[in-house]
Amino acid sequence: MNILAILIPVSLILGGIGLVAFFWALRRGQFDDPQGDANRILNTDWDDRPKP
Amino acid sequence: MAAPSAERLAELNRPTRARLMLSLPTAHCAACMSTVENGLQALPGVRSARVNLTLKRVSVDADPEVTADTLIAALDRLGYEAHELDAGLLSATETDRQGRDLLMRLGVAGFSMMNVMLLSVAVWSGAQDATRDLFHWISAAIALPTVVFAGQPFFRSAWAALRARRLGMDVPISLALILASAISLFETFHSGHHAYFDAAVMLAFFLLAGRYLDHRTRAIARSAAEELAALEVPRATRLRDDGAEEIVAISDLAPGDLVRVRPGARMPADGVVTEGTSELDRSLLTGETLPVWAGPGVPVAAGTVNLTGPLTLRVTAAGRDSSLHRMADLVAVAESARTNYTSLADRAARAYAPLVHLLSFAAFGFWMWRTGGDLRTAINISAAVLIITCPCALGLAVPAVVTAASGRLFRRGLLIKSGTALERLAEVDTVLFDKTGTLTLGTPEPTNLSDHPREVLELAAALAEGSSHPLARALAQAAQAAGIRPAALTDLREVPGYGVEARVRGRVLRLGRADWVGADPLPLTATYLCAGDGSPCRAFTFADRLRPGAAEAVATLRDQGLQVRLISGDTTAAVAAFAARLDIDDWTAEALPADKAALVADLTARGRRVLMVGDGLNDTAALAGAHVSISPASALDAARVASDIVLLGQDIAPLGAALRIARQSARRIRENFALAAAYNAVAVPLALVGLATPLAAAAAMSVSSITVSLNALRLRA
Repeated sequence: MNILAILIPVSLILGGIGLVAFFWALRRGQFDDPQGDANRILNTDWDDRPKP
Repeated sequence: MAAPSAERLAELNRPTRARLMLSLPTAHCAACMSTVENGLQALPGVRSARVNLTLKRVSVDADPEVTADTLIAALDRLGYEAHELDAGLLSATETDRQGRDLLMRLGVAGFSMMNVMLLSVAVWSGAQDATRDLFHWISAAIALPTVVFAGQPFFRSAWAALRARRLGMDVPISLALILASAISLFETFHSGHHAYFDAAVMLAFFLLAGRYLDHRTRAIARSAAEELAALEVPRATRLRDDGAEEIVAISDLAPGDLVRVRPGARMPADGVVTEGTSELDRSLLTGETLPVWAGPGVPVAAGTVNLTGPLTLRVTAAGRDSSLHRMADLVAVAESARTNYTSLADRAARAYAPLVHLLSFAAFGFWMWRTGGDLRTAINISAAVLIITCPCALGLAVPAVVTAASGRLFRRGLLIKSGTALERLAEVDTVLFDKTGTLTLGTPEPTNLSDHPREVLELAAALAEGSSHPLARALAQAAQAAGIRPAALTDLREVPGYGVEARVRGRVLRLGRADWVGADPLPLTATYLCAGDGSPCRAFTFADRLRPGAAEAVATLRDQGLQVRLISGDTTAAVAAFAARLDIDDWTAEALPADKAALVADLTARGRRVLMVGDGLNDTAALAGAHVSISPASALDAARVASDIVLLGQDIAPLGAALRIARQSARRIRENFALAAAYNAVAVPLALVGLATPLAAAAAMSVSSITVSLNALRLRA
């Protein structure tokens, strides 16, 4: 059962990283236009090189 | 500290770049976004443009000299309709903060739900003794802070409801959250078998999801509606005693003031013309399409638009006493007459909340008596009842459907301003249309160009180009579209309020009002061309341009079994001709604003549910009084404020689909309530007899929530 002492913190930390990433995305306004972003990936602009 | 350098100062003084916001009602796809963004960025002075498809809006970063009009014209060339939004009034930032707040709580609840569920699954599958206690303790460490943080929106509104001595849906929710956490903590402390931490966080998660959906729909609608309302600036040009002009707020005008009104501007107050001649467009006030002549001594009403020449008015009534305000009073009366509509969700909550509390107390009392005072069992069971009955599915039932339905309507260009508008729209059985500006665009269109020989059209086109009067502009545009080159004229001059005159080969030609040019007036909207050589005068007749989709909308509504009526302030002849064109049998002409409101009230009194569609000031009272109301985006702000739904595009055809979707969504909401009730009917008896384990609660809760959401999504198909 000692494995639990490692696995539980690991699962919590991984989940916590996900939560922090979610907060970061939220603060950067990435959830402001879900419909637009869903459509933007269909756009072929800047497909060959990144936007300067 | 050193003084700022010269460059720095220059930089500070440079006008800040302009940030413009435009509403894009017709944008809907990936191609639209790149067309709009690239098209705008190609304009000189535009630095960046970004489309927000969710809000159907584009924000443009540009040099200060770029105006919204140039952008709108550019978008029009690209084939997109656009309206300017007041960026200063954007409350979007504030509503956004609320949305983000909810989303953050939702994220936290989701995170702990997953983690607690992992631990709970281990307990359910047979973890014993010390392991179970450890898992319960870890669950507690995750769940308690989550409930405190994520449950705040519910606690706050439950507290507000309790202070107002009401029992809202949030009271049983908060009670279930608190009781579930407290009981579980107590059980964990005493190494009990059952803990409801997973139920508590799951409850918070699903309810927050419903709350967020609800917020999102309303925030989109509210921001767009508010921004549209911010287009007009209430200012007037007052003449001082020394003849100088000053700009004042309309509220500062007093009777006796002299006010100058330029062509194209709206009368700021009621008054009498003292100087100048012009023609007035009263269509927004009365629905009349034919411009009315105005000259010294003629009384004018606030809200009419001055068409051709500058006018000076002596104000007779301003502010509260002006006809504009009397209209507002009419609206207030109509609004108070509108029966207070209780939404389906409120009705459900009103019945539900007391029942839930009663059941829980009854379970507590029964088990106290049965077990001979075993407090722990009794509290455990009553908490289980509260958790099981907690309106998880009920909290999602309405928002999920409304989100799906308004998303679908929004894509068709309909903006739902009021939360209950969809439900009310579903009940409509009579549709009342205004004519001018609603079923028509309010812009004239020549109807008999082909009756005139080419040389007459060339002369008329040349004369029409000399005026900015709507009829003249329509004539010039139609002639241009027909490939007619304007004839060469000399001494072209506009006589405000009468028409245009010019010389051609020594003769005086006049285009304008019948009495001025010397023609016999027709009972139609028309302008007349006369040559001063005794040859017969030519009449150019006009009809109001039909709004795109008007015929289709009327036909669809009639197919759905609705009664369609037309009520207009325009002349009987014009309304009769128009009604025949759209095949509407039931029409009323020359109706005053009070008549429209009275008709709505009369229909309502006879048990009819009226949908009013209108755009003018004369419609506002009727809009406010109707069961549900729709106005086009081009309507006056007063009309848009009074209505529940705003039609963003020019096309009115989506109206038929709107009614269909509304009925469908009302049906889905009822189905969802039935689903939630069915789930309770199975689960509550189990909880009452003490058989509800945390596993059963979790399963029932998630299954019912998911069923309800899926049922709502069926609407999109």
